[in-house]
Amino acid sequence: MSAAAPASPAHPRRAIRPVGSRLELWSWYYFRVSGVLLLLLAFGHMAIMHIINNVDAIDYRFVAERWRTVGWRVYDWLLLFLALTHGQNGLRIIIDDYLHRPPWRAAAHTANWLLLVLFLLLGTVTIVTFQPPPPR
Amino acid sequence: MLSYRGREAYWAWLLHRLSGVGVMLFLFLHVLDTSLVLFGPEAYEMFVFLYRAPLFRVLEVGLAAAVLFHGLNGVRIIVIDFVADAAPLQRPLMYATWTAFLVLFLPAAFLMLRPVFFPTLGLLR
Repeated sequence: MSAAAPASPAHPRRAIRPVGSRLELWSWYYFRVSGVLLLLLAFGHMAIMHIINNVDAIDYRFVAERWRTVGWRVYDWLLLFLALTHGQNGLRIIIDDYLHRPPWRAAAHTANWLLLVLFLLLGTVTIVTFQPPPPR
Repeated sequence: MLSYRGREAYWAWLLHRLSGVGVMLFLFLHVLDTSLVLFGPEAYEMFVFLYRAPLFRVLEVGLAAAVLFHGLNGVRIIVIDFVADAAPLQRPLMYATWTAFLVLFLPAAFLMLRPVFFPTLGLLR
């Protein structure tokens, strides 16, 4: 990264906050802030849905019962938002690293933003508008 | 660069990238499958049925490994970034990351695969 301050030659891995580009600085902090939140939300989600429960137990009724509680909808939406935006940011960096020809870069960046908007919309509509059937 | 490629931190960097892309691909699929709840029980369970196949249960463990590694390696990166003069800590931090990964992953993998492949193992009934 050309904008970075010179790294110590003995320890080239040492990460350095990007300087010079406001977007890259925000992106750098966003990875870390969203990452820490995702550590709690995603590990919690994995523990609940893959260990304490698992796909044998997860069916339509499971989702309906869970989403009767607004708190779980909030949890799931936060997880959706943070995971999609953290991942989109990662894909953006990967596109910058590996795609060099301008038309491909532009197309990939556009697709990456479109995917974020599309999946954020679909996920939000799912979590917000789902109507559980009346309890039995 | 020559001294970097092929060393432990390089493999951690590469695995961070690969696990990130893998989790993101699954996330797209997962948003799609969850959206099926809007179309009723039959639509949703038609898809979840797939996830119950033994092959998917193994892939699910791969997903857990990817999420776990990505998260723990992320913590390592954050510590290196925010601790002043973390250079001498690089090696112990790398060992700590992999130790934490194994300590969490091995029991998790066992608990996830037990219902599919050895449902009575370790349970007193």
